[in-house]
Amino acid sequence: MSARNRPLSPHLQVYRPQMTSILSITHRLTGVALALGAILLVYWLAAAASGAEVFEDARGLIGSWIGRLALFGWTLALFYHLCNGIRHLFWDAGHGYALPDAERSGWAVLAATVVLTLAAWIAGYAMRGGV
Amino acid sequence: MSLRSPLGRVRGLGAAREGVGHWWHQRLTSIALVPLTIWFAASLVSLIGADYFTMREWMGSPLAAGLLILFLVAGFYHAALGLQVVIEDYLHHEGAKIALLMAVNALALVLALTGVLAVLSVLFAG
Repeated sequence: MSARNRPLSPHLQVYRPQMTSILSITHRLTGVALALGAILLVYWLAAAASGAEVFEDARGLIGSWIGRLALFGWTLALFYHLCNGIRHLFWDAGHGYALPDAERSGWAVLAATVVLTLAAWIAGYAMRGGV
Repeated sequence: MSLRSPLGRVRGLGAAREGVGHWWHQRLTSIALVPLTIWFAASLVSLIGADYFTMREWMGSPLAAGLLILFLVAGFYHAALGLQVVIEDYLHHEGAKIALLMAVNALALVLALTGVLAVLSVLFAG
């Protein structure tokens, strides 16, 4: 095999971003963000195990505008990583590699992410009448 | 001609010495996390603004406690495996890489353990 015909890693300075490549790096970014956000999840669970006062502090922090913004971002990242992860599992099984298929499934992931995130927050607020 | 020893070929573990173990565990945890994440997201929706007693009632039910523990274990294992790949891709100083990998694995272990113990303590407190 000649070196010229081998596939190359993207040379980022001269690489034209495509929808599929942006979704790919977003999968990695959301994965890292979810791992960081999981620290807050453990804090929330540990607070519930540590007594009413500690839990009220955690509830106040999560209920503040910055807490709610972080939680919104975390759920957005969660639904994206979930939907795109399922897309990856189909690739692992050998399906959907053709470029039009990869682009179509990419748009489906984006649409599902927005729909699921909005549905979750609308349902959450409807059930509790606000945080 | 292959430079690999017959024993090495039989073991099939390659240069990384772990074969497809990392890749496969990432897939197994991701498949387990599909239903667990859907359940957790739905729970989170129903718990927005929950007070102390509502929260403990949820955490202390055997089904939720069990699913939460599975979510924590599968989730932090999946996260540690994923972060490992990110670190290996971008960090090329060998010493810093090993140190950061150790730190990430230790942190994932401590966080998963803290979460699991919190769930168990609420479960057994009744």
